[in-house]
Amino acid sequence: MIEIRIHGRGGQGNVVAAYLLATAAFEAGRYGQAFPSFGAERRGAPVAAFVRIDAHPIRRRCQVRQPAFLIVQDEALLHVAGVLDGLPPGAGVLINSGREAEALTRVDGFDVVTLPATALASDILGRPVPNTALLAAFLALTGLLPQQALIAALAERFSGEILERNTRLIEQAAGRVPAGHWKDVRHAAGP
Amino acid sequence: MRQALEGSQAIARAVSLCKPQVVSAYPITPQTHIVENLSRLVADGELECELVSVESEFSAASVALGAVAAGSRAYTASSSQGILLMAEVLFNIAGLRMPLVLTCANRAVSAPLSIWNDQQDSMAVRDAGWIQLYCADNQEAVDTTIQAFRIAEQCELPVMVCVDGFTLTHTLEVLEMPEPEQVDAFLPPFRFARRLDPDKPLSVGTLVSPEYFTETRHDHHQALRDATDIIVQAQQEWLTISGRDSGGLLRQSGPADARTAILTLGSIAGTLEEAMEAHGTGAPARLIVLRAFRPFPDQALRDACQGLERLIVLERALSPGAGGIVGSEVRAALSALDRPPRVFNFAVGLGGRDVPLEIYPRLLDAVDAGRGSDFDILDLDPSKLPAEDA
Repeated sequence: MIEIRIHGRGGQGNVVAAYLLATAAFEAGRYGQAFPSFGAERRGAPVAAFVRIDAHPIRRRCQVRQPAFLIVQDEALLHVAGVLDGLPPGAGVLINSGREAEALTRVDGFDVVTLPATALASDILGRPVPNTALLAAFLALTGLLPQQALIAALAERFSGEILERNTRLIEQAAGRVPAGHWKDVRHAAGP
Repeated sequence: MRQALEGSQAIARAVSLCKPQVVSAYPITPQTHIVENLSRLVADGELECELVSVESEFSAASVALGAVAAGSRAYTASSSQGILLMAEVLFNIAGLRMPLVLTCANRAVSAPLSIWNDQQDSMAVRDAGWIQLYCADNQEAVDTTIQAFRIAEQCELPVMVCVDGFTLTHTLEVLEMPEPEQVDAFLPPFRFARRLDPDKPLSVGTLVSPEYFTETRHDHHQALRDATDIIVQAQQEWLTISGRDSGGLLRQSGPADARTAILTLGSIAGTLEEAMEAHGTGAPARLIVLRAFRPFPDQALRDACQGLERLIVLERALSPGAGGIVGSEVRAALSALDRPPRVFNFAVGLGGRDVPLEIYPRLLDAVDAGRGSDFDILDLDPSKLPAEDA
């Protein structure tokens, strides 16, 4: 079982990102589970969502405390207490940032990859919503699911030009990160 | 068809497959997405039904009551304060024996204000005279919703389908949505013999003098006791049609010869089950998941607890000043056994506190340390208490 935690701010499509990733897992023939961390969400407030992906039905419903991977939609969240909690040493952290990984602080000991997801989304979608680009980069890094599964998940929500632009964004974002860099990281948190 | 759906969306679609003629609800977290999804199905023309927007939960329940009295299949949903604002009407719906279905997206009750999950709301109305069924996952929520209409209409009793708020309602997971033909084969159109009909005038809800009140109460109690068999039948027939077991009155998993069992209800079941399997054979225990809380399945529970030495009851609510609600009822039911197991009782996960996989070893350690022999809150953090209470 792969457990992933997604951090973002209210309004960035954090829960949607989690739902899309779990739906993509389903589209690829796996089981997926996604849920928000149930805060009283407000625009701009730090929020988190959890995703689990497995070949078998997923029965546990607790929050993800020791994620194999972290997706961070706003680099400033690295300074928010709790964001890096439970992350094992060497875990993959994908951060929406225009800076190089080496320029970021507080993430020593983790395998950090950055992607200028907001800029990419602004260019291609015309909206500064980083979630799709980050998911595409995450799938490229891990090889966990084919990009086509993510496109299929998006196709359940969007059609026409919006879907076409998202598909273009996926191709662009996936090409910006080293493919398969995290393919050997497999971490299933047991009891 | 197998789909990845948010719990609320799946529940709304299950309700839609049952073709309610009237849906009336007032939004409250975490029930909101259920009603939003139903509203969308109506707006998109996928569900033909009268969607009545009201100004409060009191009205929502009243509209549903009136709709059933007029012979329509009706549905409503709420949570927490909404359930409590409905409380008076809930007793009336049950006392008038109006068969309708309500989803309770379980949430803590104020004060202090909490929007998060526990089961205090449905437990607070356990004596309203409704059937109460608790769901462990969203597949069970879908299947139980469909069974609920059948059970309600067959017993002429309302059914509350209890679904943990957020933990189920806001979780997207893979589940099997029934085909419309499957539901049609299982659930005949609603024909209410006592419906209000101008050609056969009838009064509903009149004053009942002491001469008849006792007998009315007796019949209501008897109807709930008789519902036990109908709940089992409905589950078995749905199993034949869908191939899925949603747990009848209660279900069990784990080694049959275990001398320790944990009894719980709702969405903790999956986490516990996984934790218990992973824990290996060191301390064998089995799991009992209570699905029917009203009617209380005394006999099924006694059968399940034969030969047990310890039974640990884990629940997500409490009766302040008394202790566990489910625990007390379990103790009472098991007292009829020749050699009842020793019952330990804990509340856990109140007001949305996360219930992690470590719950299982922690629970066993707590029992070994003598906690829970009366009642304890398992995940209490004493460091957060004021000095005089610690």
